[in-house]
Amino acid sequence: MTGKKPVFNPQILNHPPVEQTGVEERSVRFTKRSIKGPSKMQGLELVLSMIDLTTLEGKDTPGKVNQLCTKAKHLHDHIPGLPTVAAICVYPSMVSVAKKALEGTKINVASVATAFPSGQSSLRIKLADTRLAVEQGADEVDMVISRGKFHAGEYAYVFDEIAAVKAACDKARLKVILETGELGTLDQVRKASTIAIAAGADFIKTSTGKIQSAATLPVTLVMLETIRDHFQKTGKKVGMKPAGGISKSKLALHYLVMVKETLGDVWLDKHWFRFGASSLANDVLMQVAKEKAGNYQSPNYFSID
Amino acid sequence: MTQQSRLAIWKTYKIYIGGQFPRTESGRSYAIKNSAGKTIANACQSSRKDVRDAVSAARSAWGGWNNRSGFNRGQILYRIAEMLEGRKKQLKDELMAQGYTATVATREINLSIDRLIYYAGWCDKYQALFSSVNPVASAHYNFSVPESMGVVGMLAPTNAPLLGVISLMAPCIAGGNTCLILADQEKPLAAVSFAEVLHSADVPNGVVNILTGYQQELTDWISTHMDINAIVCFDQEKPDWQKIQENGAGHVKRMFRWNTQQLLRAGGQSPYLIMDLQEIKTTWHPIQTIAGSGGAY
Repeated sequence: MTGKKPVFNPQILNHPPVEQTGVEERSVRFTKRSIKGPSKMQGLELVLSMIDLTTLEGKDTPGKVNQLCTKAKHLHDHIPGLPTVAAICVYPSMVSVAKKALEGTKINVASVATAFPSGQSSLRIKLADTRLAVEQGADEVDMVISRGKFHAGEYAYVFDEIAAVKAACDKARLKVILETGELGTLDQVRKASTIAIAAGADFIKTSTGKIQSAATLPVTLVMLETIRDHFQKTGKKVGMKPAGGISKSKLALHYLVMVKETLGDVWLDKHWFRFGASSLANDVLMQVAKEKAGNYQSPNYFSID
Repeated sequence: MTQQSRLAIWKTYKIYIGGQFPRTESGRSYAIKNSAGKTIANACQSSRKDVRDAVSAARSAWGGWNNRSGFNRGQILYRIAEMLEGRKKQLKDELMAQGYTATVATREINLSIDRLIYYAGWCDKYQALFSSVNPVASAHYNFSVPESMGVVGMLAPTNAPLLGVISLMAPCIAGGNTCLILADQEKPLAAVSFAEVLHSADVPNGVVNILTGYQQELTDWISTHMDINAIVCFDQEKPDWQKIQENGAGHVKRMFRWNTQQLLRAGGQSPYLIMDLQEIKTTWHPIQTIAGSGGAY
């Protein structure tokens, strides 16, 4: 940030309405691409490198976080040459534990903040929450928007809040969670994405993973298209992170196809695209092992989380 | 105008995976012939991906099925028998369409039903019979109990389209396992109809999965699948037993060849077949002197 406070311009919300049927039909077509052999392997390894391995439970302990970090570093040592995941995603109280466990690696630590998952608190608390995460060493901050204010039409409030959190993030990259499952329509998703991007989001993210109806292909497509339109207008890139409900490698590959066909190859990189997931990694690993060994694998031979 | 005869409605023989009746993922089918060589139906020619789907369905069903009480599993096996009783005519027709005489078909169906009843009875009894309290030289209780293995891959025999499937399935699920059964390649019709019986008999989805197709094509995929804990076939059958053993050895798959002659006759049933698909778990538990431990106990 340059220190200049961004100002909300209601004009940005004047976009043509999102056509739901069109979006749904377009997203189904991404699932029809046939990806086999070497391209499948390449895709699977790319998926692994893009995962934000996540644990966001009330019952998280330092032990659990340490275990997750070990997994991030050693996805499946029986298969040499696998990438590591992109980041570990935890609550602010666990950032220092994760940071220490990941010392000397290139794996980032992402922390949720701003009264995650509901976001129902004051700006003061949310900023304190953000600073706590950053001070502990978080490389990335995942914030939630105030969906209540958004529905009440207080777009300027939502905008200012994101901008303020962005300022509090310092050097950490900011992911803005829209919690699309609570937004209702694709039109609202487009609106929230536009606000988040204008307010300075480095990433926009679909969901907290705490409610049903998390990341879906149509929702992600609308967000990707918002990113594309912003890029075409300003030349600035914004990242995308679908989270929640992506647990199968085939589905993850569909997402990659969508990213490629909507935004192009540049976004096929962990710097611009992430999967928020906990069980996806094992499924991808089992697929990779199956491709290498030739027979179907058993979860018994992979780590539990 | 003369009265038109009704159009025949031909049944689509589909496979049974996770409580659903999909066509094979591969979209392939093969012709099922009667003894005169005339095509009487088409069956799904399942692919390796159907095996994969069936195994994951069986795996997710296993926990719940295994945790049910033996008594409840017995009730459900009994219910399968009840449902089968009501479908006798259909199954008899299907067996006769493939060359059975009425007498032999009826005999096979009756034997199948009786076999289900037999294993229904065993569901809550084999544990008591095969468990033991073991004498040990320390202050411990030591007991061994049978526990289910998990997912079992089963290759049905030829020439017993219904009895073969039931002789495999019943001891397997009676003991809390779940299974994937590859039906007889040439005579799979009764097995598919039996899947419909299962579907209406309170059997939880995924506990039994039935595929049709070419044994030669699928045996390798079943025997190499690391998430299948055991494999059972009949000893007078074609599949290359040595190859199956080689495939399964790497991940310690339990492998059994059951005796065809013994199993496919009346009385070809035994709790030892349930025990083939059980692991024995031994537990040590310290003996406490309850009276001496005071209020802290």
